[in-house]
Amino acid sequence: MSAVSMETPAPLAIESPARRAWRRLKQRKSALLALFVIVALILIAIFAPLIAPYDPTKQSWSAVRKAPSLAHWFGTDEVGRDILSRIIFGTRASLSAGVISVGIAITIGVPLGLLAGYLGGKVDAILGRITDAMLAVPFLILAIALAAFLGPSLGNAMIAIGVTATPLFIRLTRGQTLSVVKEDYIEAARAVGNPGWRIALRHILPNVMPALLVQATLTIATAIIAEASLSFLGLGQQPPAPSWGSMLNAAQRFLTNAPWMAVWPGLAIFVTVLSFNLFGDGLRDALDPRTK
Amino acid sequence: MFSLIAKRILQLIPTLFVVSVLIFSLQQLLPGDPALVMAGEEKDPEVIEQIRKQYRLDQPIPVQYVYWLKGVLTGNLGESMRLKASVSDLVLAKLPVTLQLASMAMIIALLIGVTAGVVSAVKRGTKLDYIVNVIGLIGISTPNFWLGIMLIFLFAVNLGWLPASGYVSPFEDFWGSMKTTILPAFVLGNAIAGVLMRHTRSAMLQALDSDYVRTARAKGLLETKVVIKHAMRNALTPVITLGALEFGTLLSGAVLTEQIFTIPGFGKLIVDSVFNRDYAVVQGVVLVTATTYVLLNLLADIGYVLVNPRLRG
Repeated sequence: MSAVSMETPAPLAIESPARRAWRRLKQRKSALLALFVIVALILIAIFAPLIAPYDPTKQSWSAVRKAPSLAHWFGTDEVGRDILSRIIFGTRASLSAGVISVGIAITIGVPLGLLAGYLGGKVDAILGRITDAMLAVPFLILAIALAAFLGPSLGNAMIAIGVTATPLFIRLTRGQTLSVVKEDYIEAARAVGNPGWRIALRHILPNVMPALLVQATLTIATAIIAEASLSFLGLGQQPPAPSWGSMLNAAQRFLTNAPWMAVWPGLAIFVTVLSFNLFGDGLRDALDPRTK
Repeated sequence: MFSLIAKRILQLIPTLFVVSVLIFSLQQLLPGDPALVMAGEEKDPEVIEQIRKQYRLDQPIPVQYVYWLKGVLTGNLGESMRLKASVSDLVLAKLPVTLQLASMAMIIALLIGVTAGVVSAVKRGTKLDYIVNVIGLIGISTPNFWLGIMLIFLFAVNLGWLPASGYVSPFEDFWGSMKTTILPAFVLGNAIAGVLMRHTRSAMLQALDSDYVRTARAKGLLETKVVIKHAMRNALTPVITLGALEFGTLLSGAVLTEQIFTIPGFGKLIVDSVFNRDYAVVQGVVLVTATTYVLLNLLADIGYVLVNPRLRG
C-alpha cells in the first residue's frame, strides 16, 4: 500500500548572485560595521533637524569658542554656533555630494563605456582619447579647475566632481563590456535578432554591475574627500550653511585657542570615508568569484 | 623595444591634443561675457576691450583655440591679469618648490609603504599583517588637509618643535628648509603610502608564491636572504614604476597641503588664482600638470620595459 515514493532529489540550491554576495559580505565583520555606519549616517542626514540640539546657523555671541561641555558636546565655533549641530547638518552636504556626483559620473560614464566597448572602432578611439586626457589631469586639480570656472556653490562642486569622476566609469564599463562581448551568450542573443541596445542593457550591463558597484562605493569615498576639499577652499558649500570642509577652514585660524573646532569635522570626514572604503573593499571581496 | 617606445610617444600626441581642447574649453564655462568676468574688479572699458582683443573673444571659438594653442606651443601660456606677469614665468618660479615637496613625500611614502607592504606579505595572515593593513586603510581614508592641521596643532602649536607655516629654500638654509617641509612632505607622502603598501603586499605575495622562491628555500638559503634577494627584487620593480603614476596624486595633494602650510608652490598658485579669478593662470597650471603627468606616465612605461627583460625585443 505504501506507494513507492518517487522522491525527486531536492533541487540543487541555486543561489542568486546577489544572495551569494550578501552571504559572503555578512562574513566580513569590518564591511558590515562599515555598512552599519553608512546607514546611520544616512539616517542622521535625513533626520538632521530632529537630532541636532541647536540651529546649525544660529550665532550666539555669549557662547563664542566654548570648549566641549554638557550644553555643547562638541563645543562652539568662532561665532558661537553649536559644532555638534553643524556636524550633523554637514552630513547632508557630504553624503549628497558623494552620492550625487557619483550618480552624475555613472549616468554619463556607463552609457559611454557601453558604447565604446560594444561598438569599438572610431567611437572607442575617440572616447578613449577623451578618457586618457581627463585622467591625465590629477583628480582634485581638474575638479578645482571646473569648480572655479563654473563658480562656487555646492551644486557646481557636485557637477565638477561628477564630471571629473566620469572617465573612471567610462574606462571600467568599457573594459567589462569588452570582456563579455565575445561570450557565446552574447553571440546567441545577437543571432536571435535582439537589437544592439537590448543586448547592451539586458545582457552586458548585468555583467558590468558587480564591478560598477564596487567602483561606485569607492568613488563615493573619493568624492566626499573632494567635496570637503572644495568646501575647504571655499569652492563648495557656501557659508553660513554647514559643511565639514568649510568648518575645517574656519578652524585652522583658531588652532591655538579652540583646537576642538578642527577635531570634529575632520573626524567626521575620516569616519565617513573610512566606512565607504571598508564597505567597498568588502563588496569587492564578496563579489569576486575567485575568493572564497 | 624602440618601436614600442616610439609607438607610446606617438600615442601621446592625440591625448595631449584632447587635453589642450579640454583646458581651452574651460573658458566656455564662465557665465556671461568672459571678457567682463576675466577683467574681475577692473571695470575700465579699455581693459575689457584689451582682454577681448588679447583672447580674440570677438572671433569664432575654433579660431580662438588655434591662437591659444599657438601661444601654448611657443611657451606662451598667457598673462596673469592679477599679477601682471606671464603665466609661464609664474609656473616656472613655483614648480621647484612643489617638486622638492613631492620628491620628499615620495621618499617618505616609499620608505613607509614598501617596508609595511613587505612586512605584511612576509607575515601574511598574522596579527601584524592585519594591523599593517588597518593602518594602511586609515592612512588612505584620512583627508590630507585634516592630517596637516592636526600635525600643525601637535608639532607647532603644542610642542613648538617645528614652524606652523612658511617655506625656506634648501639652497639658502638646508636645515631650515627641512624644518619647514618635513610636515607637509609627511602629509603628502601619507596619501600614497597606503596605496604603495597595498601594491607592494600583493606583488610580494605573488613573488613569495613563485617557483624561484621555492627553489631558493629548497637550496637552504636563509629566509631573510630569500625575501630580500629573491622575492623583493622581483616584486619591487613594478611598485617603483607605479610610484611614478602616483605622482598625480601628489600634485593633487599639494594643492591643499601647500594651502595649509602656506608654502608658495604650484598648488598655492592654482588656489590663489582661483580666488583672484585669474583664469589664465588656472588654465596654465592645469595644462602644465597634465603634461607633466603624461610625460611621467611615459617614463614609467619606458622604465617598465627597461627593467623587464621579457618586454625587451
